[in-house]
Amino acid sequence: MKKLIVALLLALVPLLVVASGGVHLDDADIDVGDQGSLQRGAKYFVNYCLSCHSAKFQRFNRTARDLGLTEDEVKENLMFTTDKIGDPMNIAMDPENANSWFGVTPPDLSVISRARGVDWIYTYLRSFYLDESRPFGVNNMVFPDVGMPHVLWNLQGTRKAVFTEHEGQKVFQRFEQVTPGSMSSEEFDSAMRDLTAFLSYVAEPIQLERQRLGVRVLLFIAVFFVLAYLLKKEYWKDVH
Amino acid sequence: MSMLKWFDDRYPLTKVWNEHLAQYYAPKNFNFWYFMGSLGMLVLVNQILTGVWLAMMYKPDASLAFGSVEYIMRDVDWGWLIRYLHSTGASAFFIVIYLHMFRGLLYGSYRKPRELLWIIGVVIYIVMMATAFMGYLLPWGQMSYWGAQVIINLFSAVPVVGEELGVWIRGDYVVSDATLNRFFALHFLLPFLLAGIVFVHIVALHKVGSNNPDGVEIKKGPKGNRWSETAPADGIPFHPYYSVKDIAGIAGFLFLFAAAVFFAPEMGGYFLEHPNFEPANPLKTPEHIAPVWYFTPFYAILRAVPSFAGSAFPGVVAMGAAIVLIFFLPWLDRSPVKSIRYKGTLFKVWLAIFVVSFILLGWLGVQPATPVLTLLAQVCTFLYFAFFLLMPIYSKMDKTKPVPERVTK
Amino acid sequence: MSADGVDLKKRRMLTVATSVVGAVGAGYVVYPFLASWAPSEKAKAAGAPVEADISKLEPGQLLRVKWRGKPVWIVRRTERNLSDLAKLEDRLTDPASDMPQQPDYCKNQARARKPEFLVAVGICTHLGCSPTYRPDMAPADLGPEWVGGFFCPCHGSRFDLAGRVFRGVPAPANLVIPPYYYLSDTRILVGEDGGAA
Repeated sequence: MKKLIVALLLALVPLLVVASGGVHLDDADIDVGDQGSLQRGAKYFVNYCLSCHSAKFQRFNRTARDLGLTEDEVKENLMFTTDKIGDPMNIAMDPENANSWFGVTPPDLSVISRARGVDWIYTYLRSFYLDESRPFGVNNMVFPDVGMPHVLWNLQGTRKAVFTEHEGQKVFQRFEQVTPGSMSSEEFDSAMRDLTAFLSYVAEPIQLERQRLGVRVLLFIAVFFVLAYLLKKEYWKDVH
Repeated sequence: MSMLKWFDDRYPLTKVWNEHLAQYYAPKNFNFWYFMGSLGMLVLVNQILTGVWLAMMYKPDASLAFGSVEYIMRDVDWGWLIRYLHSTGASAFFIVIYLHMFRGLLYGSYRKPRELLWIIGVVIYIVMMATAFMGYLLPWGQMSYWGAQVIINLFSAVPVVGEELGVWIRGDYVVSDATLNRFFALHFLLPFLLAGIVFVHIVALHKVGSNNPDGVEIKKGPKGNRWSETAPADGIPFHPYYSVKDIAGIAGFLFLFAAAVFFAPEMGGYFLEHPNFEPANPLKTPEHIAPVWYFTPFYAILRAVPSFAGSAFPGVVAMGAAIVLIFFLPWLDRSPVKSIRYKGTLFKVWLAIFVVSFILLGWLGVQPATPVLTLLAQVCTFLYFAFFLLMPIYSKMDKTKPVPERVTK
Repeated sequence: MSADGVDLKKRRMLTVATSVVGAVGAGYVVYPFLASWAPSEKAKAAGAPVEADISKLEPGQLLRVKWRGKPVWIVRRTERNLSDLAKLEDRLTDPASDMPQQPDYCKNQARARKPEFLVAVGICTHLGCSPTYRPDMAPADLGPEWVGGFFCPCHGSRFDLAGRVFRGVPAPANLVIPPYYYLSDTRILVGEDGGAA
């Protein structure tokens, strides 16, 4: 029987490897504690995303507070759709129009980084390439046939994907720059890291405070545990 | 003391305290596994308390539910903590209860005279599963929606009446607002029923007395200890000895629990599944759907059994049988001894096989069904059933060791 | 089995220490549950200060705005109204506004930053009905002494045009004056002091 167990466990090893397949995702390596990064990310978000994608569960005043900005700074630099600082990050676009323009309604991005993961977002934002067969002339390596155009093309420039043939399958090799953008490749990566960090923050604004509080809670419980353990030991001296 | 007397004349306050705590004699040799009962009650209290609070802010409406969860997470002061306590508590509840049940398997706690105690316990487990299942629909994310869709369709696999049964449960042709609303009502109600059955579980326990890691009946042993001349010699008063021990156990548990709540509330997608951060969309199934981890062993059994004559019913029956079989454990085990300590190699091997198959099934339940994995799931399903169905044979054949008269340290 | 070697003092000390720390912990657990009942960010956003444009308000006219779900009145009082305020004082419960029903900057006869404009929460201090604005002089139902004010239809409480309550009516206190300030000569922000509190 033990042999059987061992055999079963061994049989699982290759399966685990297979199960983790798919497109390679780059490590986003974000720092949600870096307010500068979040502020830059917020700026990219409102300028490039917030016209089609809402973040309807996130309020501007909360964003101001958490990102270390004053309400006036937020009003001037981030608020284009409303003048009430307590309002959530909504968009004016009508979902039905959006549906006819893009084929799908652009999803709300409040918790997208919890649904997809930050590595996915970071890689997705940097994986657009020219593809004449698509309505907007671009495709995405991470999200094939995505309905979204490459809104960041003036920053990144345009790129094409180089494929090789392997046993009748197209295998992705690398991207090649076609026209330059206003940013260098490194600058663009850094900008997308900021944007990803902001999306991660927006998905769970409480995350940093949660961890800070967690440390104190664990310390408190540890103290309580020591006392409770000593109490138990003391009483159990009676039991022989 | 006159205050106490005033109460005692009108209510059996001191009597209950003594009978169930101060003069309730529990075996003195409880080990780690015996923490799980008190922890289970602690988590149940946590679930009810946080759940009632969440219900004050949650909206059981298909168009509002997802948003109201995010409202709790962001706009309500401390709402995030209450929500994480509840979502982490759900998983903690199952971890604790699975360990509690495994303790029963290890030490034969289901054997005579504790058959009814075991049966009540299995009822608790089933009510827990129903509660958890309905609760999982409430965030109205993609996993909530499609998980409910799949599980309710199990009922639709019942021959003849299945189709109507599914529609009746949903109150619609698909999972919808009506389903969400009724699941919310039941998810609110069932925990109180659960608390009631837990009370009955404890009444039954105190009638027959606790088992222990040696499987020795302390009530049948010699009498007399330092607290009482008539109490079992191997018993100690529950209070203060086990109350202080359980408090230490609770502190240890809370440390792990808080670590999960504050540092890993998603637990890598096991406690809160990633696709559930997308609002329910009846037109688009996520690429890969899997139930929450505590259901996956049974889900894997369901998938492992092939459909027969165009009906998925055999899988449903197998899944139901896998749960129902647990009820019969007291009569399947024919070993002359209760505890694993005195059982022979044969039983130990079978128990190991069971544990490995159950965990493997749990893992398989979250994997996509490939031919190899399905085969593996079938092997594990077979072993799961064999553990129960062959128990009357191997537990009898097993070479047991002699059981001591008294409990050991 | 004996009680030998039991240090009762240590036992008691540990029991007390564990209980105290446990009670503090219980307090920490209770706090978030109680705190979650406070107005949420959504409620706070909905109850944010509101702006009112008073440029088109005629003398004697009343403008209603909604602040924190409650009606707030802005009344442009006439010269006559203002001079009447002084004459009514011996018939009022709290003519000098000694009760804390208004910000300090409105603790004056007109109960206002600028006497011309009354800003008041339109909720009766008796049981929370909203009184009606009765600017008419000596109407039949309110008697010959009436020089304009607010009348609560629920239980008959009467207030003058500074929101001050008359004696002998059910309402115990003057109407509440909310925090407000002038953004400009024609715009009032209700709900904030503008730092002048």
